[in-house]
Amino acid sequence: MGRAKTITRRSLLIGSFAVAGGVAFGGYKLAQTPENPLAVKDGVAITPWVKITKDGITLITPHVDFGQGAYHMQALLIAEELDLELGQFTVDPGLPSAAYWNTAVADENVPFQIDDDGWIAEGARLGLQGIFKLAGLQVTGGSSSVPDSFEKLRRAGATARETFKAVASERTGVPVAKLHTRSGSVILPDGTGLPYTDLAADAADIEPVQVDDLRAPSDWTLLGKNTERLDILPKSTGTLSYGIDVQLPGMLHASLRVNPRRTGVRRIKLRGAKEMRGVERVVHVTGGVAVVARNTWYAIEAARAIEFVFEPATYPAEQREHWAEVKASFTRDRRDRTWRHDGDVETALKKGDVIEQGCQAGYVAHAPLEPLSAVVLVQGDRAEVWAGHQLPQFAQRAVAKIAGIPTDHVTFHNQYSGGSFGHRFDLGFIERAAEVARQMPGTPIKLTYSREEDFAQDNPRQIGASRARGVVRDGRIEALDLKIATTSSTQSLVRRLGFPFVTPDPQIVHGASSMPYAIPHLRVTGYKVPELAPSTYWRSVGAVSAGFFAEVAIDELIHAAGADPMQERLRMIEDPASRRVLEALAEMSDWADGGAAHPAPNQGRGVAIVNSFGVPTAQVIEVTHTQAGIRIDRVFVACEVGTIIDPVNFENNVQGGVIWGLGHAMNCEITFSDGAAMQQNYYDAEGMRMHQAPEIIVRGLESGGKVRGIGEPPTPPAAPALSNAIFAATGQRVRELPMYHHVDFI
Amino acid sequence: MAEVAMTVNGAPVSAEVEGRTLLVEFLREGLGLTGTHVGCDTSQCGACVVQVNGMAVKSCTMFACEAEGAAVTTIEGMAGPDGTLGPIQAAFQEHHGLQCGFCTPGMVMSAASLLADVPKPSEAQVRTYLEGNLCRCTGYQNIVRAVMAASGQAVEERSQ
Repeated sequence: MGRAKTITRRSLLIGSFAVAGGVAFGGYKLAQTPENPLAVKDGVAITPWVKITKDGITLITPHVDFGQGAYHMQALLIAEELDLELGQFTVDPGLPSAAYWNTAVADENVPFQIDDDGWIAEGARLGLQGIFKLAGLQVTGGSSSVPDSFEKLRRAGATARETFKAVASERTGVPVAKLHTRSGSVILPDGTGLPYTDLAADAADIEPVQVDDLRAPSDWTLLGKNTERLDILPKSTGTLSYGIDVQLPGMLHASLRVNPRRTGVRRIKLRGAKEMRGVERVVHVTGGVAVVARNTWYAIEAARAIEFVFEPATYPAEQREHWAEVKASFTRDRRDRTWRHDGDVETALKKGDVIEQGCQAGYVAHAPLEPLSAVVLVQGDRAEVWAGHQLPQFAQRAVAKIAGIPTDHVTFHNQYSGGSFGHRFDLGFIERAAEVARQMPGTPIKLTYSREEDFAQDNPRQIGASRARGVVRDGRIEALDLKIATTSSTQSLVRRLGFPFVTPDPQIVHGASSMPYAIPHLRVTGYKVPELAPSTYWRSVGAVSAGFFAEVAIDELIHAAGADPMQERLRMIEDPASRRVLEALAEMSDWADGGAAHPAPNQGRGVAIVNSFGVPTAQVIEVTHTQAGIRIDRVFVACEVGTIIDPVNFENNVQGGVIWGLGHAMNCEITFSDGAAMQQNYYDAEGMRMHQAPEIIVRGLESGGKVRGIGEPPTPPAAPALSNAIFAATGQRVRELPMYHHVDFI
Repeated sequence: MAEVAMTVNGAPVSAEVEGRTLLVEFLREGLGLTGTHVGCDTSQCGACVVQVNGMAVKSCTMFACEAEGAAVTTIEGMAGPDGTLGPIQAAFQEHHGLQCGFCTPGMVMSAASLLADVPKPSEAQVRTYLEGNLCRCTGYQNIVRAVMAASGQAVEERSQ
């Protein structure tokens, strides 16, 4: 394995398909299955996901849960085939392992659009999946948890079930064909039940029974039904332990003051911080210091007292310089790729009166409600880490590097997180905690970010702008040339993780190049803005900006053509799934035939459809223009996935994705001044509050086809549908995110 | 240092604390009641709401000493001694009123204060009363539904 693995690691590009130097893997390497990481005493681990001893059943759910319901979803998939009831097992994210390599995330990381199912794109995906397997890359993100788990976890459950049947058959002499399973037991023909827990020790002695067929959806008892999420009870009683709640004996608490410009420190004046009550030590970390104290508040107070002179940023210090760089990026040099070209745009634009418009979307922080935290204990040549992270192996490796110990000497315990939205892809908080712990061996260190430090250190989403030129004729859109220039959050993150990034980034135009319309002459081109402030994936990644740019431009052209925004979209749409979605939406929102319900004069409605992460999602938003500002009244959402695994959680994710899209579109941005983010806390970037939140009516369509995740797709259409609704209500086009620069909201 | 004594979830507690110890810090790190969360340290987010003598208070804005002699209730005190969920907790469960759940304790405690004052609130009253509680994950809709249901009012079925 040695050589292939080394080469792969060195040249793997998570965000891109190209592999420098070629990878020496053949069928043999790819076929090899990573070792099962589970070690079980007095019991059995059947596959890396099912662990059963005489004392109980544990399902391993390696996709980390930060609120999206990943643990519950993964457990449901296993339990469906293993015939377990909710309450008969516990879930555990397990330790990071190559056995949990993500089979689905490759889909969005090849330089093809996710809805491109041509053979080159599919081949590239297969190739990248091979690399992911070789590297054993475990990832939570990119709405990939459901696609990655759907087949393999049901198969894990079925394998365990059939293995227990084989053990029961051997023990009782009853042929396997006469056995069935129910509620955690193998059931004999006379109705006697043999609990799996009683069979576990014997099951360890036989080879797991491989299963070819999985149950048909019509036979499901858990999947597709409304179930009560396993974590709701401990979350509503305050008993669930998040990363920030971890307590260890002898633990000390650390708080950071680190250069918000991401460079070093010129001068530090401690101003008595070391002598403040409760403070144990002040230690240097990359870019600043950490105060270690007996509790978090002592640490935060002392850290605030310290005065710094920081080095300047390496990126432009002022926000207007960032915008200038974005706007200077529509050049041949910075052209990343033309992702779509139907017809002949150049000629079509020459033949008509060109309509021009452009939009922009600023940086936004992630700001999940639980501030970043990590607990690290370094002891001798071993380390242990407790934190929530989307790339647990990278977190493990980062700690190993800082502690100067081998990676497999680092035990990483993934924790429940109070939200992530991409925030926990970056390693800074883990690295800083490890830097403190390395200097205080034997003492567990909990590093907790203050909200201000969380904002200051956040690597926000990409910044970007668009230039659209279009022509309308005879009441229809004839041509659209859409150019999108953004920084590449993929490139920024991948490089911070230590890999090169050389290929075009499909995320720059994600959701725009996949627009479902047949426009006679259509071109979508991505331009890569050189890295400015470092950025990271942010819920729905490129689609939040590209989807906004595309659907506002389309709406403006439809208006110029004198057509109805819904009817014209329906007329133009050619992708069958998108058509089903938009037709469902038109019916739900009573906008089917020109609209039976005409809004009042101060009301307006807007529509947008964006296909991101393989899920066409459309929204109609209704607003009222009041004297106090825009009020968002109702949102209708339709989307299509392959299979809805848990309807109630599906709906909650959709509604949450809409509010996420709307709240940030209304009032959230990160702007830089003197190299640092100006926004420090929720009062600067509030998102949506309950009194502003509209009613959201959801319809999920099931195609029965390729299974997709729903974490991200509901976000991108929200902002353009809102902008289009505001135009309908007020006549004002809002072409910038956030919108509060141009309109007031209630 | 000062001696502070109060009742927390029905049990008397007393401890030596420094004058500037915040109530939330006393609860979380002093008493190990980590169900009360801190999201912002600046009373923006409401994750730290507890009840002090029946009033909803953001515990990051109050010193422990100010709660001297008071009856403090946290999320851990909302279920019965036998583990039976309180009506608001049960409604959050029934109506799926959370995702990451980090805001949930504050939501439940704020809702409890609302329902103590206004036993049958309108939906608009719920939304206005809870506007100081920030949720970053859900669509808010199921939270509102849960509070309405907890007040004994009928709530419409989910749209799916």
